Amino acid sequence: MATMKALVCRECGKEYPTKAIHVCEMCFGPLEVKYNYEEIKRNISRKKIQDGPDSIWRYADLLPVQGPTYLGPHAGMTPLVRAKNLGAFLGLDELYIKNDTVNHPTLSFKDRVVAVAITRARELGFETIACASTGNLANSVAAHAAAAGMRAYVFIPGDLEAAKVLGNLIYKPNVVEVEGNYDDVNRLCSEIAGEHGWAFVNINIRPYYAEGSKTLAYETVEQLGWRTPDQVVIPMASGSLLTKIWKGLHEMKTVGLIDDVKTKINGAQAEGCSPISTAFKSGRDFFKPVKPKTIAKSLAIGNPADGYYALKATAESKGSMDMVSDDEVVEGIKLLAQTEGIFAETAGGVTIGVLQKLVKQGTIKKSDVTVAYITGNGLKTQEAVIDAVGRPHRIQPSLVSFEQTFKVGKHGGGDA
Amino acid sequence: MIKVRIPTPLRPLTKGQGEVEAQAKSIADMIETLNGSYPGIKDRLCDETGELRRFVNMYVNEEDIRFLKGKETSLKDGDEVSIVPAIAGG
Repeated sequence: MATMKALVCRECGKEYPTKAIHVCEMCFGPLEVKYNYEEIKRNISRKKIQDGPDSIWRYADLLPVQGPTYLGPHAGMTPLVRAKNLGAFLGLDELYIKNDTVNHPTLSFKDRVVAVAITRARELGFETIACASTGNLANSVAAHAAAAGMRAYVFIPGDLEAAKVLGNLIYKPNVVEVEGNYDDVNRLCSEIAGEHGWAFVNINIRPYYAEGSKTLAYETVEQLGWRTPDQVVIPMASGSLLTKIWKGLHEMKTVGLIDDVKTKINGAQAEGCSPISTAFKSGRDFFKPVKPKTIAKSLAIGNPADGYYALKATAESKGSMDMVSDDEVVEGIKLLAQTEGIFAETAGGVTIGVLQKLVKQGTIKKSDVTVAYITGNGLKTQEAVIDAVGRPHRIQPSLVSFEQTFKVGKHGGGDA
Repeated sequence: MIKVRIPTPLRPLTKGQGEVEAQAKSIADMIETLNGSYPGIKDRLCDETGELRRFVNMYVNEEDIRFLKGKETSLKDGDEVSIVPAIAGG
């Protein structure tokens, strides 16, 4: 849908054409897509969305692409799981898990943003796609590029989990491992993006790319029966996801899909990299960059681009932020797996850990309809839990060996 | 001499050059020197109070100046400074 009007600077309001640019040349503020909401309002309806494709593209009216050809046609519409067991454990009446561990094709929420970014990049005429990534984004860019027949360069820090490295190589992009942390990778890529005419999804394509995260808000509301949740808990790396979920909720009101937004937005970080949560807890509206040191590598951004806006969105919504230790991250992963059968990556452990903290503090109340965003798959970060899950029971292939180990009665269950 | 890498949004001011040289003892000093050679560049980097704008990051030899001494970070011959828009990544 051609509903984009311009790119506009969030800081000074200067407008630009909808090209591959991301920074205001006057004040360095971030550029954001400006839509014609009046026109969208006339065209959109709950029924039109429900009759649309079973993917993020059912919300194409609110996404920054021309269409009608969409790359990444299966991203999104992941399950919103009613988490009765975890809810009971935590003391919440109505808890949901938005389960992006099963997003298509690379098992993280990044499939949403990359589908939008690569669609837009193709529309703008690019043949090479690139990114700076903590892992999940690179996997998604590599897979989408393979399917679209585009050249790809993915830049990753030198210390990523094995599955996230392999999850790039298999698609045969150019994988560039940078000796440094994500912030080093990101700075380097910002400089490379200025020199090469590539579509860097999270640099010069970022105004479009970031909009893909809004679909997590749209889907949640639709899957709740066109209700907004009372509370959401969102993991934060750059802070972009949180900012865009807040934006998405408000857009639904603007275009008449819902009457009101009463959602409190809560942000989650790991203690070893919590510049945004730390700023929030100290009552500051600016963050100090940090050198990350946490097992939650997908969230290890010490210099978060959207930290300022994440703080603003959380404050506006009267929400909160918190952080958890690496041990609590592991406990969070295990708790979600053992109560709901969902194996999340470390970012999910951060979200569950912070959810638990916010409930204990009384920030999230028993009757609050709560949604926790689980954005990546645990099979990609096995190193984080490998020493915390025990070993299989090894037995001989005989009935005696089995029964000696398990002491199971004839009609009852039993554990070893 | 200090080498300064200029980001795309500032290149109209440096006649398209992606890298320029400056003689400077600190970041603050470098900004003044650059402004002498490329008038207007200071206003783009700093707000009305003279502080670096929120969305401008600077690095000396790949290290963020916020981990050093900010604008007072000293520079020596051969140092490389990168000016990078803050909004990227994630």
